[in-house]
Amino acid sequence: MDLKLDHHTKDGIEVVDVEGEIDVYTAPRLRELLIELVNIGHYQLVVNMEKVEFLDSTGLGVLVGGLKRVRAHDGSLDLVCTQERILKIFRITGLTKVFGIHDSVDEAIAARKSEK
Amino acid sequence: MATVEMSFTPLPAHVRTARLVATAVARRSGVDEALLDEVRLAVGEACSRAVEAHQEHCPAEPVRVALTGTDGRFEVVVTDTAVQHNGAADAAVPGGGANGGGGEPGGEPPAVPAELGLAVIEGLADDVEIARTKAGLSIRMSWPSANAAS
Repeated sequence: MDLKLDHHTKDGIEVVDVEGEIDVYTAPRLRELLIELVNIGHYQLVVNMEKVEFLDSTGLGVLVGGLKRVRAHDGSLDLVCTQERILKIFRITGLTKVFGIHDSVDEAIAARKSEK
Repeated sequence: MATVEMSFTPLPAHVRTARLVATAVARRSGVDEALLDEVRLAVGEACSRAVEAHQEHCPAEPVRVALTGTDGRFEVVVTDTAVQHNGAADAAVPGGGANGGGGEPGGEPPAVPAELGLAVIEGLADDVEIARTKAGLSIRMSWPSANAAS
């Protein structure tokens, strides 16, 4: 399926809900959204990937790019993902050490709040 | 002769089609269900890399994919002809091209290393052979399958 993107604010953190496939074709749309959110001042981001069916290295590049952008403003980008097939690509590339990966949006927000 | 051969215009939209076809042929060839996600991701990475290489060097040339179910193996070969048309020593990789998802707008460097796509393939496929030919880059990947040649 194609990529569906939505976002909302929860406890002061912008949650990006991603559904579908993140690949070389759809990843630019996610990149544009992350850039847009940073440009309007959202530096605390949680990307909810629970409904992501496919993620490739292009998608990883977009997430890393988003992380670089929020960190430039002392912000954060955490991920929500429990799907083994998606987590596998993070492990293969070593990005599990770069991103905070959580089991739920609430857990991601709580973890971020506890660090403040 | 390959079980299924396809060639497609080097556009990102067609990479998904290539993934779907490869997964279907892998299933038909007897690749274990648990490995199909790996096949899908590895073929997607190889096709994404080839598409970006062609878009940069030879956008009129198709990307070629050969899928073969032989005795006990399912093999995928993704071939680009970017070097033949450009003479470049290296081809674009996902995230490394101007249109790559990892690349940043405005000419900023990509957020991830250019070799990441190939690294992912090597991490996923049971057996990988990456060959730089006179024509371009050929990525041969294979996985075990239960079926005899089909």
